[in-house]
Amino acid sequence: MLDMIWCGDHDEDRSARFINDRVHANIQKDGTFSVVPRIRGGVTSPDELRRIADVADKYRVPMVKITGSQRIDLLGIKKEDLPKVWADLGMPSGQAYTKGVRMVKTCVGTDFCRFGTQDSTSAGIEMERRFEHLYTPHKVKMASVGCPRNCAEATVKDIGLVGQEGGWQVVVGGAAGKSVRKADLLITVETTEAALEAAELFFQYYREHANYLERTYDFVERLGIDKVRKETVYAPEPVRIGLLDRLKKSKGTARDAWLEGQAPVNPTQFIPLQPIESVTT
Amino acid sequence: MSNAGRWIRVAACDAIPPREGRAALVEGREIAIFNLGDRFLAVDNQCPHQSGPLCDGIVAGEAVVCPLHAWKVNLETGAVARPADHHECVRTYATRVEAGVVSIEA
Repeated sequence: MLDMIWCGDHDEDRSARFINDRVHANIQKDGTFSVVPRIRGGVTSPDELRRIADVADKYRVPMVKITGSQRIDLLGIKKEDLPKVWADLGMPSGQAYTKGVRMVKTCVGTDFCRFGTQDSTSAGIEMERRFEHLYTPHKVKMASVGCPRNCAEATVKDIGLVGQEGGWQVVVGGAAGKSVRKADLLITVETTEAALEAAELFFQYYREHANYLERTYDFVERLGIDKVRKETVYAPEPVRIGLLDRLKKSKGTARDAWLEGQAPVNPTQFIPLQPIESVTT
Repeated sequence: MSNAGRWIRVAACDAIPPREGRAALVEGREIAIFNLGDRFLAVDNQCPHQSGPLCDGIVAGEAVVCPLHAWKVNLETGAVARPADHHECVRTYATRVEAGVVSIEA
């Protein structure tokens, strides 16, 4: 939470973190971990897929699963193997284990789709680049779709970009988990850049004003969408600039958590203790 | 709880950050050792609930919260402190520190 208020100007007590956030992976029922590399917008490549397959072979990964968030999950990784797995993947953390930016799902948009009205894939990838590695009061799931057919389910995401003829609808506060909630319309804009900026304003506003563990669907409902609109996209220019500046400052200090694989915060972050010797007394 | 046994030198004290735990395989048993700041405490590294790795839990006072389902285990006594209606116990081990090295009695 401090990062959202102080934008990086703080020291943190790592021992207060849940294990997922100490080792940057999601603990499973048998104490192993799952690894989800970042695949922005759900768009990958033959080269990436080969590397993922090679990692799955090398570490005898018990399950390789396509997730609901257009990502690939490697399940059953031992804690001590995490740094090697990350290095072999050569991809950044997908943050699938943390209260932070999860993913931006996309549809194929105008690149391939007969019905696409906006380049939802590029817009989604750009949105993911702008927000990735940041932490939030609770997880933030996003999507970008090229038309109202909504193939990537943007209207049930924390932030959704919904393309339409001549512009975008930016929707917020949607959910399709324990709660199901249709997102509220934040604003309708003409350009992709304006849509991304509206998403940024809401994102930073949520980071600064939500309670810890409050998802956007509770947050938007608690405040009311009118108040959210007035204090973000329809706020006076200095307020909007302030939100964007603080987001920029946070983003400036945000790092790929998996870099700790090469530079652990302590020597035993990922490895168990090896008894030195036994002595009889 | 612990039987008198051999003292095993497990690790340099600074290998375990304050208020964190680490696992160690000692004489075939996986033991979780915790640095409570002023002392080290050791228990079997298995939650009595569903065998979760206690070493990966969050330390709260002299207890640890299992990362799987948030059972709370007292590290001094080994007793389950939450849920309140459970009375299982994990085995505890005596610890001592000499010349910056933590040992446990296994």
